[in-house]
Amino acid sequence: MKRKLIPIAALLAAALASPAALAQKKYDQGASDKEILIGHINPYSGPASAYGTIGRSIAAYFKKVNDEGGVNGRQINMISYDDGYSPPKTVEMARKLVEQDKVLLIFQPLGTPPNSAIHKYMNAKKVPQLFVATGATKWNDPQKFPWTMGWQPNYQTEAQIYAAHILKTKPNAKIAVLYQNDDYGKDYLKGFLDGLGAKAKTMVVKQVSYEVTDPTVDSQMAQLQASGADTFFNITTPKFAAQAIRKAWDSGWKPVHYLNNVSGSIGSVLKPAGMDKSVGLITTQYLKDQNDKAWANDPAVLEWTAFMKKYYPEGNLAASENFYGWNVAQTLVQVLKQAGDNLTRENVMKQAASLKNYVVPGALPGIKLNTSATDFAPFESVQLARFDGTEWVRFGEIIGK
Amino acid sequence: MDALLHQVLAGLATGGIYASVALALVMIYQATHHVNFAQGELAMFSTYIAWSLINAGMPYWAAFFLTVAFSFVLGVVIERVVIRPVENSPVLSVVVVFIALLVILNSVTGWIYTFTIKTFPSPFPEQPLFGNKYMSSHEIGAICITMVVLLLLYGFFRFTPLGLAMRAAAQNPESSRLVGIRVGWILALGWGLAAAIGAVAGMMVAPIVFLDPNMMGGVLLYAFAAALVGGIDSPGGAVFGGFLVGVLENVLGAFVIGNELKLAVALVLIIGVLTVRPSGFFGKVHVTRV
Amino acid sequence: MNKRVLAGYTVLLLIACALPFVVSEYRTFQFTLVLIYSIALLGLNILTGFNGQISLGHGAFYAIGAYCAAILMDKAGIPYWATIPAAGAVCLVAGFLFGLPALRLEGLYLALATFALGVSLPQLLKYHHLEEWTGGVQGIVITKPDAPEFLTGLGVALNQDQWLYFFTLAVTIVMFLLAWNLLRGRIGRAMMAIRDNHVAAEAMGVDNSMVKSLTFGVSAMFTGIAGALGAIAVQFVAPDSFNIFLSITFLIGIVIGGLSSISGALYGALFIQFVPNIADEISKAAPWAIFGLFLLGFIYLMPMGVAGAIRMGLARLTRKVHNKQAEKP
Repeated sequence: MKRKLIPIAALLAAALASPAALAQKKYDQGASDKEILIGHINPYSGPASAYGTIGRSIAAYFKKVNDEGGVNGRQINMISYDDGYSPPKTVEMARKLVEQDKVLLIFQPLGTPPNSAIHKYMNAKKVPQLFVATGATKWNDPQKFPWTMGWQPNYQTEAQIYAAHILKTKPNAKIAVLYQNDDYGKDYLKGFLDGLGAKAKTMVVKQVSYEVTDPTVDSQMAQLQASGADTFFNITTPKFAAQAIRKAWDSGWKPVHYLNNVSGSIGSVLKPAGMDKSVGLITTQYLKDQNDKAWANDPAVLEWTAFMKKYYPEGNLAASENFYGWNVAQTLVQVLKQAGDNLTRENVMKQAASLKNYVVPGALPGIKLNTSATDFAPFESVQLARFDGTEWVRFGEIIGK
Repeated sequence: MDALLHQVLAGLATGGIYASVALALVMIYQATHHVNFAQGELAMFSTYIAWSLINAGMPYWAAFFLTVAFSFVLGVVIERVVIRPVENSPVLSVVVVFIALLVILNSVTGWIYTFTIKTFPSPFPEQPLFGNKYMSSHEIGAICITMVVLLLLYGFFRFTPLGLAMRAAAQNPESSRLVGIRVGWILALGWGLAAAIGAVAGMMVAPIVFLDPNMMGGVLLYAFAAALVGGIDSPGGAVFGGFLVGVLENVLGAFVIGNELKLAVALVLIIGVLTVRPSGFFGKVHVTRV
Repeated sequence: MNKRVLAGYTVLLLIACALPFVVSEYRTFQFTLVLIYSIALLGLNILTGFNGQISLGHGAFYAIGAYCAAILMDKAGIPYWATIPAAGAVCLVAGFLFGLPALRLEGLYLALATFALGVSLPQLLKYHHLEEWTGGVQGIVITKPDAPEFLTGLGVALNQDQWLYFFTLAVTIVMFLLAWNLLRGRIGRAMMAIRDNHVAAEAMGVDNSMVKSLTFGVSAMFTGIAGALGAIAVQFVAPDSFNIFLSITFLIGIVIGGLSSISGALYGALFIQFVPNIADEISKAAPWAIFGLFLLGFIYLMPMGVAGAIRMGLARLTRKVHNKQAEKP
């Protein structure tokens, strides 16, 4: 009798103890005591392969985290796939990650069209589509899409800030706009026109588009110049931004030049275009520019440089993509840290939606990340900055929340 | 009027870019009767070599000629190693080999040099010529260099025995062999020359569009159209085609249909021309025997 | 068709039907894409392989088919299955009309014209006057179809992926039979005669212009139907899905699969679906370079495509068998 009692007691004890243990550690597929498996989709090939380096810098950062013991004792393992910036391929890869590789979440898919293609799927499957690498406004829609969240400030808000600045400083400006003919360009354009409001019709004297396949934007720049505009809003990606800056200088057109944040990098845009030709440019920033002399001794930038040397030595220090990747990867690590031992998809989303004054190391001083159940936009504040020939000089308040 | 002049001159400047790449396409077509889709990426790769040399401290012109020589060798090697095995395959198999070369060169260059845009120096002064505001000195200089290449090419095909042999080898390899032309080496030579011309084109294009691995993607498309509209077997026609495409596109985009559809409309116009003159403006009309 | 071949096809069909019950939903989706690409490649092969007209812009017809399906489903509320014939009809007309001026162009010039089509179509889809229909740069999101209710009534429970796979399989079989029937008939012979010697074909009484334009139309119809299926499977269309790389991928598919071969379309589809994934697995640094090496390898080893290599391999095998049989007294 006694012999029989012991196992029963043990069973009882186990039964009593297990709910408590379960409360401590909860996992969805992809998470365990040892590892957190996350998926990642990035264009390593194809027309957008310039962004491939983001994926490589993120992978390098997770390697660093794992070398230092991981997150709450768990290793982060990232499976990264190439979608070549083709939406059908993105769908295929997202399904592979969720259904075959059984990842906990998908991190940082890049581009509006690829993310739009998997938007519905991820939300139907209830898998986090976390910190997507696009600035479209639609990622902040927790009511309809509670499993999708952006990261960077959205394009429309940024454009509205330029519009407000123009209205304040130069209410009678004649504005010319150059934009890339795709989702990104049109988003900026919409925000800008919305920001100008009723005055848009009279103030914007010329708006022209270009295609990514265009070799140069010389023709567009000549059209804008001929319009007699004295203010120029430049919605272009790095190569075209550098061309536009140089062409304006070459042809003697000297408008007040607003440059979108996408191309605000000193190392990969202003230096190639010519620092002297970039004097007076106005942009907004939310991250520090790692090539800006002003930040040369900033602890975050120093740390990043050391990280690059050790974990991604073949990476380019002038590429802002590498700095971006390092920062966004840290945001994910913060969310996973907050999630603790409750690594369910629901809790990951809950934690991502409860960032409180989190400071991304690369963010400008004073800019903090805040999210809530009704606010799925981590970065919401930016600061205007003007280029003085050597560095970006920030001016005015931090705008946003 | 000023706006029109500006558009036309800007069109000539970009047209010069198309023309220089179109010349390389014509060169390879004259030698092998293939249109090499990898020509643009080959030129881009050569330009990166030049960039490395200049960054290592070599003077511009030394780097320029060394790159041209290197590209010549590279072209010959690619022909002997990559193209030779598929020499007798159907034309579409060769096209796929070209596509393979294109993606390999693009990807490997991106891997070695990263995708961040780089400035490529120009041998011409930075201040615009005569203080004009329409074209930079480099754009004018690049057009002049394209013209020099055109003259050299014209002279080569017209007056040298080698040029004649090359045309013969491309048109009728069997008969050429019978008269003692070493067709295999002629093909390799054609590749070498095309790669060398491509290198010149790349070094002239890069200061305008900035150097990056995707630099030639858009350009090749226009160069292809330029070469065909002028006549793929005529170097002069290719240059004319380049300028025509450049100007047409700008004027249409700025004054007629807007920028969104300018490429589409320019291409439709070109095809319209081709249906009337199927050999291009300056191409020879080929009469085939039944 | 002899008995052995028939048996072969039956086995193939059985395997195809069993597939979605054996593999995961995700794999089923991948194989659905393979079937869809095989229809598109078949269309291009009819034009390029059997009729000798090179097209570098077939992605455009794929896009037209996809947008037809998406717009009809999204704006007009038409059921998904009804959009397939509609997309086919639209592309048939579009292809025929494009084929008319293309008649005057040969070889490289035709390649340029089709290339232009492939490059321009995504721009047209973005054009702001058409935005109301095409959704502009944002594209159109559509809903994936469920298995019809009568199947559940019969006690067959299929999930969305399985149902879409079978639906696509049925369309694929119909399209392949159609192509097979077309190509072995009078029109098919006329198409090949034009490819081999157009002057002789004309002299024999073939109406070259009519046959060539018609081939263009039929080819576009096949590819357009594939596009419609593709839109339904992926549930999303946007101009970025149909850039010039898609057209080039199709060209790669028919060359690797085997020109002038109906079965080649299937091998080509397997290649363009799976090889980029393999390349991506091998190298994150330069996946395109690996893909390029695969291309070179296939062309060197099988200059006539996979179908050609299989044909030659089979011929060698049967010859050996014949020889052995002949050796026997």
